[in-house]
Amino acid sequence: MGRHLRTVVAFVLSLSVAACGSYDGSDDAQAGNVASPSSEPSSEPSSFPVAVEGTSGQTTIDERPERIVSLSPTATEGLFAIGAGEQVIAVDDQSNFPAEAPVTELSGFEPNVEAIAGFEPDLVVFATDPGDLGSSLEGLGITALQLDAAPTLEVAYEQIEQLGLATGHADEAQALVDDMRSEIEGLVNAADPPSGASFYYELDDTFYSVTSKTFIGQLFELLGLENIADEVGKGSGGYPQLSAEYILASDPDLIFLADKKCCGQSLETVAQRPGWHDLSAVTQGDVVPLDDDVASRWGPRIVDLLRQISEVAEAAEANAA
Amino acid sequence: MSGPDAADRRVSARTRATVIGVAVLAVAVLVGLLVGPVRIGAANVLRWLFSFGDPPPGMSEQQALILADLRLPRVIVAGLVGASLAASGAAYQAVFRNPLADPYLLGAAAGAGLGATIAVAYGPSGALELTVPVAAFIGALLGVGLAYGLGRSTLGGGSTTSLVLAGVAVASFLTAVQTFLQQQRSETLRQVYTWILGRLGTTGWDDVRLALPSVVLALATMWAVRRLLDVIEVGDVEAQSLGLHVARLRLVVVIAASLATAAAVAVAGLIGFVGLIIPHSVRLMVGGSYRSVLPLSVLFGASFLILVDTLARTVVAPAEIPIGAITAFIGAPFFIAVLRRNRRAA
Repeated sequence: MGRHLRTVVAFVLSLSVAACGSYDGSDDAQAGNVASPSSEPSSEPSSFPVAVEGTSGQTTIDERPERIVSLSPTATEGLFAIGAGEQVIAVDDQSNFPAEAPVTELSGFEPNVEAIAGFEPDLVVFATDPGDLGSSLEGLGITALQLDAAPTLEVAYEQIEQLGLATGHADEAQALVDDMRSEIEGLVNAADPPSGASFYYELDDTFYSVTSKTFIGQLFELLGLENIADEVGKGSGGYPQLSAEYILASDPDLIFLADKKCCGQSLETVAQRPGWHDLSAVTQGDVVPLDDDVASRWGPRIVDLLRQISEVAEAAEANAA
Repeated sequence: MSGPDAADRRVSARTRATVIGVAVLAVAVLVGLLVGPVRIGAANVLRWLFSFGDPPPGMSEQQALILADLRLPRVIVAGLVGASLAASGAAYQAVFRNPLADPYLLGAAAGAGLGATIAVAYGPSGALELTVPVAAFIGALLGVGLAYGLGRSTLGGGSTTSLVLAGVAVASFLTAVQTFLQQQRSETLRQVYTWILGRLGTTGWDDVRLALPSVVLALATMWAVRRLLDVIEVGDVEAQSLGLHVARLRLVVVIAASLATAAAVAVAGLIGFVGLIIPHSVRLMVGGSYRSVLPLSVLFGASFLILVDTLARTVVAPAEIPIGAITAFIGAPFFIAVLRRNRRAA
């Protein structure tokens, strides 16, 4: 019990620290030298040329882009959420949301510069750069903006703001980020005091998981949930493969499945694994499939994900009480 | 040269090595059951073991579950896989007269990889734990069959060189197809990769049931012909002159070894190096006769993989390390140490 209490205290502390860092609204201070939309005259969305800050450095965009290619599912969601959808002419094969996104066979994992150039884009947004995608595109005179996987919520917000700047939708982007902030703040406040319920987050059916150092792990931490993967040492890079017997011995209160689409996992398949049927999360029915896509992106829909997690945690707490 | 004295000495060396092998295997099994990320007292584990799975007083139900449903099947599968890979390695080395021959030589690994990729990328997503091993199994056998057929028909005769060359060509081709399919279904890339690195982390009794029949059949076949392996290793012409159907024997051994490899790959993914280091280490201990090399490879291969798997699940506990990474990491230096020691002794 003593250990449990300590954990709760630790989480309350970390929560308040996180809250100070994330929700004081002074994102300008955090953004540092990054060009921030709130410093722009926001009534003039078409103030081009504009300097935007991507993962790999600053890019200048001379005119409002009208032929955008997105190779990042997260960026695609962001572009459509801020009203820049009409400027998007092509998205990569993994960009399955929203439905109206113009999906093509372009690949974000193995990008083919020639195929991308064939769309005659004036802006290419991408996440991972497997080689020299950015410089190859720039070499062809195509403006490229890299927005790689966000390590924190703040960076995720910042990326939406940069997308707004880059496409002439700075106001909408700012409004979206403000919305996300206040919704997430509301969810975090509602989870205070945290239940301290423990959880196991499953990336695939070989028990790869995430620690609280990862982007998705931070969302759970915000709600004061205790991640069983955090026991793993620092050397694991945030995505450790857990031992089955450790998961069984931890007997987590909640199990979140981010491998519903990839690996067809569900409460039923989890219950059939050797030794798993007696886990409290299984007997209580607290095995929750998440949308694999939402859970692996850092776009606007993380708010929905956080809401789903907090509802599950609340229901489980009410059950236990 | 090989008078009665020498023969006696050889037999007693073999007996000694066999006793050591059995003892090492027993220790490995015990260590595999005793050590894990969850601490279960050694006394409890032993009492559990000697009461044949009845949880002794003082052991929680969950600890009994971990032993019975996770550790025991995992130790058994690791042992079966290690024994299969080591024995197959020894057998391939004999029939191809090539010290570098290993269980993955004839396209078995590439075929299994392709089978697994097809199952992950195009199979029903709900039943992967069944479809992937079965597809890998079929793929491994098809890969070897293709290589064998090609080597015999196209490249002329059943010579060892043409078989090995055909195996290399088939493996490259199958790997290329696998890469292409992975690109087509890049969302499944990680799953295939995880599988290829070795997957003892999810082992259960299903895997024991899947592997056991093939492994037993294959090992029994190799055991039955172990004396003939000594003859065939001398040379095709010499073996032929002694009345041996060399091509037929080679086919039987290749099928048996490939069956064992396919079963191993199906339940454990690709685990390299075992098929090389274990038979060679055994040869350095007891000499080159397959009457010794084959059974001892089974014993030491099983022990080796059980111990390596124990490391895989304890070194960074409660996380795991892919077992294929450890076999090479430990195997290579170990092998070099054995070689050096042997040279000094000689």
